[in-house]
Amino acid sequence: MPILEGQDVTKYFGGLTAVSHVDFYVNQGEIVGLIGPNGAGKTTLFNLISAALSISAGEIRFKEQKLNGLKPHQICKKGVSRTFQETKVFGNMSVLQNVLVGAFFGSPNRVSGADAAREATQAVDFVGLSAMSATPIQDLTLVNQKRVEVARALATRPELLLLDELMAGLNSTEVSEAMELVTRIRDTGITIFMVEHVMKAIMGICERIMVLHHGEKIAEGTPREIAANKKVIEIYLGEETYAGS
Amino acid sequence: MDITRFISTHKKSLLVAFLVLLLIFLTTFPLYGGVYHVRVLIAVLTFVILAASWAMFSGSTGYMSLAPAAFFGLGIYTMCVLEKELPFLIIIVIGGLVAFAFALLVGLVTLRLKGMYFAIFTFGLVVFMSELINYLEVALTGTHGWHITPLGNTTIFYTMLILAVVTVLAIYFIRRSRLGLAMNSIGGNEDAAEHMGINTTRVKVLTFAISSMFMGAAGVITAPILIYVNSSIAFSTYYSFMPILMAVFGGMAYLYGPIIGAVVFAYLERIVRNEFPDYFMIGFGIILVVVILFLPNGLVGLVPELRGKLGGVIAKLRKGGQAEPHANT
Repeated sequence: MPILEGQDVTKYFGGLTAVSHVDFYVNQGEIVGLIGPNGAGKTTLFNLISAALSISAGEIRFKEQKLNGLKPHQICKKGVSRTFQETKVFGNMSVLQNVLVGAFFGSPNRVSGADAAREATQAVDFVGLSAMSATPIQDLTLVNQKRVEVARALATRPELLLLDELMAGLNSTEVSEAMELVTRIRDTGITIFMVEHVMKAIMGICERIMVLHHGEKIAEGTPREIAANKKVIEIYLGEETYAGS
Repeated sequence: MDITRFISTHKKSLLVAFLVLLLIFLTTFPLYGGVYHVRVLIAVLTFVILAASWAMFSGSTGYMSLAPAAFFGLGIYTMCVLEKELPFLIIIVIGGLVAFAFALLVGLVTLRLKGMYFAIFTFGLVVFMSELINYLEVALTGTHGWHITPLGNTTIFYTMLILAVVTVLAIYFIRRSRLGLAMNSIGGNEDAAEHMGINTTRVKVLTFAISSMFMGAAGVITAPILIYVNSSIAFSTYYSFMPILMAVFGGMAYLYGPIIGAVVFAYLERIVRNEFPDYFMIGFGIILVVVILFLPNGLVGLVPELRGKLGGVIAKLRKGGQAEPHANT
């Protein structure tokens, strides 16, 4: 049963088609990966789902409700939360305050101060940052700022979490920790849709992978199928092995 | 060292005591202050209201409004038009509401503009209001400017004092409320705020209107001091720039920053202007440049910095020269 569905999703930037007639679905409880070369339209697709950008054509449905035309704050309240490729934290606040914003405003219902505080503390704890709760966010490393973004998104009590390159710039220990974090989030019942370049992570935790190239969906399947897909190897994975050798 | 410990343990009661003393001083001031100083204090209170309400919106959301004069002037003109029709107190409320409604309208149209564009628009608004009112005035009444019956200094002083207290209290509670958190998150990163479920447009428009409301009400109370008002007096850019300078000078991270900035700046201005009417602005210019260069967080930004330095010195003295353990060992 898909929790998120897209039909014929298209986005034009002037004459450029950033996302072209893409159909996709994410099932309840799944971890789905979205990969593709730089400029393939992955982040654009996320921006269309979270309504950071308006859709040019097609339709996106969450729990069978149309998301077209909604504002980002309404999408969040429906239960879709996200992190950003380039971290967007509230630079003027502490770690806990950052997460509190999500806890206070992310739910469709009015949240009391005590509930929000509890929710935020739990979320900070969940990503393993409770020791830094009172630290100004500016003093954190990029890795930890990304974790705060995850905590902030979790504090909104989402059903679907969009993770945009959570693991970019992490070393291999940190990647393993992040993979473990993502799995733990899924185990709490939250569905995950993630853009990622780190193949180890994608292949390791995703149940299904979608590949975008020049805004078009060129492949979809289990990690094993994708790893064996000729077209994907030629366009995307090939580059990696090439670069690695 | 005992004194510092005493201060930190009794922080709250000391603050309350200080506020009570301040309030007693202010409420009794007209009894012994003399006309001139009462006038100075009225100006100080006016700028406290303008600077604090400007910082409430612009300081926390990061949207630089150059429009305080537009709403202040609107208040002054509300008084001109209604002076003979209604009691003073009711006009103050109406002046606040007029400014609120006008800011709501302006906000809905312009708060989609970001950065520079919003600042430029709000600056244009002051000039536009001045011209528009000037035109309307001549077209409707055939005359230029208004005479306002002066009210006693003491009456104006006490009304302004009450408005200042109400404004500061309101801002105190707003800063601590969900609305305050929402405003801060817009200042921190508007995109992220929007994605965390905050209706950023609504928050911006509403808080812009609330801050303008206090400015409008202050304008109503100021009108009787001016005695004669025309559109270039009421909508003078002086009332836009001074509160901003004061808030920047005082520092915007804390509620008391703009207040202290307004008190110091407005008081100095009155005194220095009397002594050196030709040069006082040069002095202010220099002070402002120095503050922006060396105190990016304003006057109140000095406090935590000094405390940090002092704390370090005290800790060193206590340890009696013991080598500090290194963080990496």
